[in-house]
Amino acid sequence: MLEFFPFKKTIPFMSWGKVTTAISLLTFLFSIWALWDKGLNLGVDFTGGTVIEVRYSQAANLPAVRSTLEQTGLPEISVQNFGTSHDVLIRLPNKGQANAAETSNRVMAALKAADSTVELKRVDFVGPQVGKELYDSGALALLVVAFGIMAYLAIRFEWRFAVAGMLANMHDIVIILGVFAFFQWEFTLTVLAGVLAVLGYSVNESVVVFDRIRENIRKMRGATIPHIVDDAITRTMSRTIITHGSTQIMVLAMLFFGGEALHNFALALTIGIMFGIYSSVLVASPLLLMLGIKREHFIKPIEKKEEAVV
Amino acid sequence: MNRFPLWKYVLIGVTLVVAFLFTLPNFYGEVPAVQVSPVRSSEQVDTALLGRVESTLKAAGLASSGIELAGNSIKARFANPDAQITAKDALQAGLGDGYTVALNLVPASPAWLSSIGALPMYLGLDLRGGVHFLLEVDMKAALDKAAIRYQNDFRTELRADKIRYGRITREGNVVTVHFNTRDQRDAAINKLGTVFTELNLTPEDQAEGFSLAARLKPEAETKVQEFALQQNITTLRNRVNELGVAEPVIQQQGASRIVVQLPGVQDTAKAKDILGRTATLEIRMVDEQADPILVSQGQAPFGDEIVPSREGGNIAVKKDVVLTGDSITDASPGFDSTSGQAAVHLNLDGKGARIFQAVTRENVGKRMAILLIEKGRAEAITSPVIRDEIGGGRVQITGMETAQEASDVALLLRAGALAAPMQIVEERTVGPSMGAENISKGFHSNIWGFAAVALFMVIYYRIFGLFSAIALAINGFFLIALLSMMQATLTLPGMAAIALTLGMAIDANVLINERIREELRNGSTPQAAIHAGYDRAWGTILDSNLTTLIAGVALFWLGSGPVRGFAVVLCLGILTSMFSAVTVSRAMVNLTYGRQARLSKVSI
Repeated sequence: MLEFFPFKKTIPFMSWGKVTTAISLLTFLFSIWALWDKGLNLGVDFTGGTVIEVRYSQAANLPAVRSTLEQTGLPEISVQNFGTSHDVLIRLPNKGQANAAETSNRVMAALKAADSTVELKRVDFVGPQVGKELYDSGALALLVVAFGIMAYLAIRFEWRFAVAGMLANMHDIVIILGVFAFFQWEFTLTVLAGVLAVLGYSVNESVVVFDRIRENIRKMRGATIPHIVDDAITRTMSRTIITHGSTQIMVLAMLFFGGEALHNFALALTIGIMFGIYSSVLVASPLLLMLGIKREHFIKPIEKKEEAVV
Repeated sequence: MNRFPLWKYVLIGVTLVVAFLFTLPNFYGEVPAVQVSPVRSSEQVDTALLGRVESTLKAAGLASSGIELAGNSIKARFANPDAQITAKDALQAGLGDGYTVALNLVPASPAWLSSIGALPMYLGLDLRGGVHFLLEVDMKAALDKAAIRYQNDFRTELRADKIRYGRITREGNVVTVHFNTRDQRDAAINKLGTVFTELNLTPEDQAEGFSLAARLKPEAETKVQEFALQQNITTLRNRVNELGVAEPVIQQQGASRIVVQLPGVQDTAKAKDILGRTATLEIRMVDEQADPILVSQGQAPFGDEIVPSREGGNIAVKKDVVLTGDSITDASPGFDSTSGQAAVHLNLDGKGARIFQAVTRENVGKRMAILLIEKGRAEAITSPVIRDEIGGGRVQITGMETAQEASDVALLLRAGALAAPMQIVEERTVGPSMGAENISKGFHSNIWGFAAVALFMVIYYRIFGLFSAIALAINGFFLIALLSMMQATLTLPGMAAIALTLGMAIDANVLINERIREELRNGSTPQAAIHAGYDRAWGTILDSNLTTLIAGVALFWLGSGPVRGFAVVLCLGILTSMFSAVTVSRAMVNLTYGRQARLSKVSI
């Protein structure tokens, strides 16, 4: 039998509480700093504006493209390579133009006039109002997902589990956002979808551990709560690594084969999966202890049932 | 203990067969086709048209590999894109302006598959190329426009009853009528109150006299807005038909927005131009008394408006609107039979025709102007002299310089006026090459990711890993079959979601396999271990999938565009994975190990 984690003994995860809390706190503070200091590099989906992706048959001459576009008189044009040297990404903000939707037509007309081999790959134009709405509904989605999952955990387990699980996962989300802010990677709608999927997925992990804790509380009558938690984590360790590994394999496939369109999405998932393992094991469980979970929270209903039978 | 009753195997078998059948069409690809549909959606497509298409193609010497009547269009398949383009030109020439002839791609799957409803997945614009527009209707303008109509209607009604009134002014959507005496106003309240029940009439006493303010009741306002939206959707549909797009999507979104999706459109500039035109048409009388010098200086006489004319210079037109573009039922380019000039032939609806007849009768020898109002600026397209009373609602307009211009004006007229101006607030264009690229990228991500996960599972869990990998592949089939059945739109984020759900779905099998190993380690017999493994893992699988499902549902609910496509696949993938990972893999295990009463070892 091939086994990566042939642990016979329970690993004392909970005794490392101080260290892991310190690590969490540091990364968390770092993320908050990055978000506060640099802010997210919000994509056109949220800020509004125009993004145009074009392809040239040879390597694109960026300075020439820039000067061609400057002649159109459109303000604040940014031109950069995208993925390969043939592909060029052009960004324009929404700047008080009467008809912003026409912007891409003007840009394409100017580029075509300068070099007829240029091929339009993609245009995203988002009006200021729509951008704001997408931003609002994105933020709302984040809240709804967080509270939905919390409510589910509270019903299925106990409120302490819900709070611990949610805090651990918000910690993941803040770290993803922090890393995106630090590196100034573009944050788009697709990335947001990835982040929300991580939220759902990474709670998975906490659920599996919590399930074990609940089962252990009923089974291991003599053991202390920290020991029960340690045992639950150790028993699910192998599964945790393999599951996350498989998901990570898929995400890596997206990162390598999915092209630029899925690049940041895959990055968000990668960070989410990495920290998902860490946080559900080493953040959620210590939090659970901190919130003071007790045997009685789970044993009581069973005793009552027995009485009723008698 | 590890045996399924027969019906379970049968059920799994049936779902597999169905899933396979519905997945199949996706592998056949697409063939080029030409789609013929009538420009007016009220017209029916019948076998007579089918016959015409067939004979037109035969006359042009083109062999189609299949002509079918589907919904409100006829699709003719061709062996290659060259034949497709030749056929399109031949059909457009043969059938005339009444029909839209568009290039399209149709599924190449055999007819028997289509007949059981098995169609390939519907690809989103980011995978097939095309344009997506979100248009916002200017609702304030719609209300203002309604108020302008009331301004005219008030005049007509008050005149008809010989109620004397002063000025009729409008500020935004409030129309105010001024009177000299209270009695006149009371009479007007009576009259207007019975005719226009949808209005709130508020009398106001002012220093300089008596006035009456009229505004729409809130429910009537909503009605005007709904009507404006519907009218604009109809207009857009007509305009899109003019563009010749095979499968356009035009839908209401929210209270004031319209989504337009044009798959396969390559000339996005033209599409935007035609859709984004906020043109409305009005026919008004030219003020012949206006002083030409003042007019050329841009000073409007009272009750007039100065507009530039395409024929050069400025002209003064009355503010009263004779007809709006709403009354125009058809417009076609042509030539004037006597002068040979380019002309546009107009047909008016019944009410429009009556008004037009009355106006032309009273104004023979005077000029009337046809105004095109675009982005708030009015321009007179032409201002012909009325030679004669025009009855029957058939009008010819000359004054266009070229046949091309006549055809542009006709298109604009035919496509109908918008009830209110619209603005493009979002555009997403994907070039055709990019669409194909995205498909291959999404496909490769899935294939390589799946291969790596499957390989790992087989190495790590051996026979049970193989079962897990097969179950995962089956999950992929289920997902694609379900998406095909629902004809849900597959987008690139959707393809990413397929990859992600495959990665997450393996979790269930890992949970089960780890549990079985643990039970074996604790000294259970293999059969008991398998049983307990599946049994105990189920609760965990359910819990962990439900949390992801919550995220998926919230994304679907609150998301838009790409996020929605992602959410749909995510939710469906979670549901199919619970079935495939638990039930299907169990069936394989049971078939392999279940019958052996004294099983001493399992490969896990």
